[in-house]
Amino acid sequence: MSRLATRFSDLKKHHRKALIPFITAGDPHPDVTVGLMHDMVKAGADILELGVPFSDPMAEGPVIQLACERALKHNVSLRDVLGMVKTFRKTDAATPIVLMGYLNPVEVMGYRVFAKAAAEAGVDGVIVVDLPPEEGADLVVELKAHQLDMIFLLAPTSTPERMAMIGAMASGFVYYVSLKGVTGAASLDVQSVVDKVNQIRQNTKIPVGVGFGIRDADSARKISAVADAVIVGSAVVQRVADNAGDARKISASVCELLSSMRTAMDKV
Amino acid sequence: MPDERGHFGIYGGKFVAETLMQPLEDLRQAYEKVKHDKTFQAQFDHDLAHYVGRPSPLYHAERWSKQLGGAQIYLKREDLNHTGAHKINNTIGQGLLARYMGKTRIIAETGAGQHGVASATVAARFGMECVVYMGADDVQRQAPNVFRMKLLGATVVPVTSGSKTLKDALNEAMRDWVTNVDNTFYIIGTVAGPHPYPAMVRDFQAIIGREAKRQIMQQAGRLPDALVACVGGGSNAIGLFHDFLGDESVKLYGVEGGGDGVETGRHAAPLSAGKPGVLHGNRTYLMEDVNGQIIETHSISAGLDYPGVGPEHAWLKDCGRATYVAATDKEALAAFHEVTRTEGIIPALESSHALAYGAKLAKTMKPDQIIIINLSGRGDKDINTIARIEGITL
Repeated sequence: MSRLATRFSDLKKHHRKALIPFITAGDPHPDVTVGLMHDMVKAGADILELGVPFSDPMAEGPVIQLACERALKHNVSLRDVLGMVKTFRKTDAATPIVLMGYLNPVEVMGYRVFAKAAAEAGVDGVIVVDLPPEEGADLVVELKAHQLDMIFLLAPTSTPERMAMIGAMASGFVYYVSLKGVTGAASLDVQSVVDKVNQIRQNTKIPVGVGFGIRDADSARKISAVADAVIVGSAVVQRVADNAGDARKISASVCELLSSMRTAMDKV
Repeated sequence: MPDERGHFGIYGGKFVAETLMQPLEDLRQAYEKVKHDKTFQAQFDHDLAHYVGRPSPLYHAERWSKQLGGAQIYLKREDLNHTGAHKINNTIGQGLLARYMGKTRIIAETGAGQHGVASATVAARFGMECVVYMGADDVQRQAPNVFRMKLLGATVVPVTSGSKTLKDALNEAMRDWVTNVDNTFYIIGTVAGPHPYPAMVRDFQAIIGREAKRQIMQQAGRLPDALVACVGGGSNAIGLFHDFLGDESVKLYGVEGGGDGVETGRHAAPLSAGKPGVLHGNRTYLMEDVNGQIIETHSISAGLDYPGVGPEHAWLKDCGRATYVAATDKEALAAFHEVTRTEGIIPALESSHALAYGAKLAKTMKPDQIIIINLSGRGDKDINTIARIEGITL
């Protein structure tokens, strides 16, 4: 069983929901990332989502756009990100890691080369924001050959037909984008998320993660009542930005947020 | 071309986040409907005739042709359209489609400002809200067009992320669209972006080539030997080329922004010196580094300053039907002055790239041969840039 499947099945046994923080790899400096990943696991993260910096992050709000720019100042490449995962794996063989990025860096590396290198580094799943299932079949084949999960997005605009098609192609989990907008957008409408997640569950059996707009313990608690995983991105990255000069402060600030979310989620 | 899913060979497609997939499908279906709707097409033709001022003339530049001593050059005068460029053909089409789909808000990206002005114009005429995204650097470079858009009632949003030019304006327009997709129609200004945009914009611009073919048959009694057009995203070029694709005797030349020279790396010529990749919703030739990051482009012309190109051009290049070359900033400037002084026509800096290569090509041909160059826009918007380069304070 894959690390993601194992993690979701363990959490289910303990009636817990997954907390998935997102950081952009190499933000604010490549030396910070691996240590921060370990600290986030200690603070209660079940799965880590690692952003691959891209020059044109079309789906991101200003917070993650700036994180990409900070990382790209250090020329952090897809290969560098895989290197960070490899280093992380030396002391943590259990926590699943999902890469999140845009297609062009993967295109340039080549699908087959990427899949092999990602698997060797210890990556478990891949989210490619601008690769919908209609264009994704070739990459899915290469990822599957290395037991990597392709995690597709679902959105408020997805029809039941799309939910079923995407559910059939996705593995690991599906990522429900809770609002029409970019990452870090305004507060989310919990009731509409509940309705939509229930609709998704009628169309697929794999776990459902929810992201976009979850910024504090309260919203994490509300979403964890309905989803299998709570994904928190911009709120974490904002704390990285606010403490950019000091790795210890970054870690302390991020971990404080994650601990409060963890506690709130475990009360559900 | 393209196939049902928007592919031109390996290029094109629909590479966007899930939130936009269904809205793009809705757009595709709406466009398929109006394409065969007589009332819609009659309205489009009516607006092109009475609002845009079509057909635009095909003008035999006799004096310039004689001076060059080679082929006869005909200029397709898109610069005489309302708002001063070919861009209005497309915004009329998409504006009518927006109204047909019941959208009340229009957004657009713009580089030189011509597409922004054309979008703001259509929005004013249809009484719709209009927001135009423009790179902060371009807002500086193209101040007269920014003011025109504001006069027309549009909100111009300067984009300060990334390289602060056209590609970043496109990113920001996409972010707006994904947020306001229910009431908003995104008018993309070129033959790029996710399906159905490349095909739809081409269809709205194809009037250029249909007219040119009819006009050259009337004036010269035969097809031209070559067509020349500048290529940023490539909408005026596709517009001219499309009706001639099946006429194999007609050679097609697309001219990219060569900047300081393609060999210097400081240019905007992905077809001449880039590689296939994925950006802004389609697979096409891109200017990128070894890690797949998009790199900054350089061109004297804001409208050519873009690291990608329409997917149909990528396909026409690979299958050999069209040839893509580059003209440098210097060559474009020289052609700008030459045509201004010889023919009394002030061309846009974008179109000056086509004029520069057209002149070069004409000299290698005989006086009984014919070249049509697309004069895609007028140069009024560029006079500040020209003055600055020549050290003149206006």
